[in-house]
Amino acid sequence: MLSEHISRIDGIAIYPIISLIVFSILFIGTIVWVLRLDKKYLTRMENLPLDSNFDNNSEEIKFYNNPEK
Amino acid sequence: MQVEKFSYDNQIVKQFMIASVVFAIVGMLVGLIIAVQLYVPELNFGIQYLTFGRIRPLHTNAVIFAFIGNIMFAGVYYSLQRVCKARMWNDKLSQFHFWGWQLIILAAAITLPLGITTSKEYAELEWPIDLMIAVVWLSFGANMFGTILKRREKHIYVAVWFYIATFVTITVLHVVNSIELPVSLFKSYSVYAGVQDALVQWWYGHNAVAFFLTTPFLGLMYYFLPKAANRPVYSYRLSILHFWALIFIYIWAGPHHLLYSALPDWAQSLGTVFSIMLIAPSWGGMLNGLLTLRGAWDRVRDNPILKFMVVAVTAYGMATFEGPMLSLKSVNAISHFTDWTIAHVHIGALGWNGMLSFGILYWMIPKMWGTELYSKKLANSHFWISTLGIVFYAVPMYWAGIAQSLMWKQFTPLGVLQYPNFLETTLQIIPMYIIRSFGGLLYFAGMFMLVYNLIKTAKAGKFIKNEEAEAAPYEKDADKFKRGMIHRWLEKRPVKFALLALVVVLIGGLVELVPTFLIKSNIPTIAAVKPYSPLELQGRDIYIREGCVSCHSQLVRPFRSETERYGEYSKAGEYVYDHPFLWGSKRTGPDLAREGNKYPNVWHYLHMEDPRQMSPGSIMPRFPWLLTQTLDISTTPAKINAMRSLGVPYEIGYENFANQDLQKQADVITQDLIKNGIPAEPDKDIIALIAYLQRLGTDIKVNQATIK
Repeated sequence: MLSEHISRIDGIAIYPIISLIVFSILFIGTIVWVLRLDKKYLTRMENLPLDSNFDNNSEEIKFYNNPEK
Repeated sequence: MQVEKFSYDNQIVKQFMIASVVFAIVGMLVGLIIAVQLYVPELNFGIQYLTFGRIRPLHTNAVIFAFIGNIMFAGVYYSLQRVCKARMWNDKLSQFHFWGWQLIILAAAITLPLGITTSKEYAELEWPIDLMIAVVWLSFGANMFGTILKRREKHIYVAVWFYIATFVTITVLHVVNSIELPVSLFKSYSVYAGVQDALVQWWYGHNAVAFFLTTPFLGLMYYFLPKAANRPVYSYRLSILHFWALIFIYIWAGPHHLLYSALPDWAQSLGTVFSIMLIAPSWGGMLNGLLTLRGAWDRVRDNPILKFMVVAVTAYGMATFEGPMLSLKSVNAISHFTDWTIAHVHIGALGWNGMLSFGILYWMIPKMWGTELYSKKLANSHFWISTLGIVFYAVPMYWAGIAQSLMWKQFTPLGVLQYPNFLETTLQIIPMYIIRSFGGLLYFAGMFMLVYNLIKTAKAGKFIKNEEAEAAPYEKDADKFKRGMIHRWLEKRPVKFALLALVVVLIGGLVELVPTFLIKSNIPTIAAVKPYSPLELQGRDIYIREGCVSCHSQLVRPFRSETERYGEYSKAGEYVYDHPFLWGSKRTGPDLAREGNKYPNVWHYLHMEDPRQMSPGSIMPRFPWLLTQTLDISTTPAKINAMRSLGVPYEIGYENFANQDLQKQADVITQDLIKNGIPAEPDKDIIALIAYLQRLGTDIKVNQATIK
């Protein structure tokens, strides 16, 4: 019953369509994004929490000292 | 290369950890008490401050905001400093955050048993405390962003994105849902009414689960699981994808809490569709967590920390599969208002949040005290007792929920309800309630193993208040990576990152809420629906104070089984004067939307004095103080004024006469009670409550012709 009244709001149908489009763009965009990421960067980020003392300005996993840590 | 020396602040982490463990015990103890109260109603010892309706919100708030909130802050403060390679921005702000948060918890622990509540689930605290929450929460955000901005590590690790999304979204949710008009220092009315209030509340409630219990814990998982397993996360790509998908989709799914309600159909469907979609990013997170252990499963066997984490992530996977299933209308028709919901949320709370918290505690404390865990064996025992506890908790609750729901819906071959007496269906599931509380007891007992083990561990080591570290300063040079610039550009800029996260979250929120605000002008008004009389309004506030909404819904769904049992199904237009809405989410007792005129006044009087006088075997607590406490009518004019400014059509100046009307109505009810042999007095709480209960759902019975 309420949906009848809602359906009388001008252009209400646009909302679900906007939702779908916005979501699809965002989702596909993110997939493209992550697929294009640099492998070296990914490896570095994956290891970031593990090694407390690797060089934070290097793009590769380089250690200041104690490489066994 | 020049390396800077600095230190990590472990003190603040320690404080949050201790607070978390203390409040975990308190919150679980209250949970255990209310679980037993369901089959031993006398367990409130006749004290009004300990009744189910008042301490049930105490349990949920203590567990969510005190136990889980504090461990979340502990974990964030620990991991944020380390992945940013920087000390927290401001130690004083950290302390302000800590003590402010504990003060809020203290305020909640005092006000909720006193019956000072807004009645909106997980947002029960009254307006002065809401303001405190806003200030303290912003201090947390300022400290977090301060730390991120002065970091030495160029890129922001995925865990921190989850923290940023948590901060941004909770801020929005808290502000929007807490807009209320104060009547006095401890009383306010939601500015939204009825359907609108329901949608805002469940947009909040659903996303509080998403952004307080899920995203920060995924962040913690992305830091502590690789640490505990000593191997990198399975896929960083997956973490990016599931992060953006999760925060985008979650915010749309709120209406699945209102299926078959008076909410517009399209909003209900939107909630369902997005809930189903939510499986993908949720399982992305779960798989990323579990697959981090690929090839290292042998380590899980002898590492209790990993055991806790594996069960946590598995519980997350189960709960996030179950959630979308519950949002299917056909499943929801069975599950809603039953103990199924209770089982579902406890898989999340005990399994996902609890077990992950324990894993993190067992991992952090030895590190921060520079020692080894005191007893692996004891930690293993804790793991098993908690896991068993979860099983003993959840299985009977699923059973109870489904069994009771089917009994509610069962018709005889002649077409009448097989169990017309609601109480009959309740009594059938009492054994399940008993087993559930045993499960809770096991889980609670495990807490003492944890406390003993952690104290022993701490005593064996020495607390490292400031942990020394070193790192090179942030080099602001060009990006050295070749591809995928955009996301890295973004994640180097936390403020822009936060803004994008905010936009992503707001899209869903706006599309969902804007039409709801339009509803107000489009709502079908029912001519027969009139504002509450002053006495009824006071009675409604007693209903709110006593937490009746914890066990009684006020929403008849459009099912034959419900219209047969309760009467005409609920219409949106009936709730236009309900600030706040009181639809409820659980039927431990029957629905009350059509309670008015069902029983005589004297029935309600005696029922409140002792429910078992009228319904033998009832599990409702006694409310004898309602019979003796005097109703405070000095608040009536302020309440009428407040309601009028919220759009309830009381005539100007009515506040001056409201109490005369109130007394007239009270006298009528009192006379009726006296006639039936009850020595009632007109100025007691009970009279107002009876007036309210007798009004419920009667407006559209008055004139059937005015109903559309």
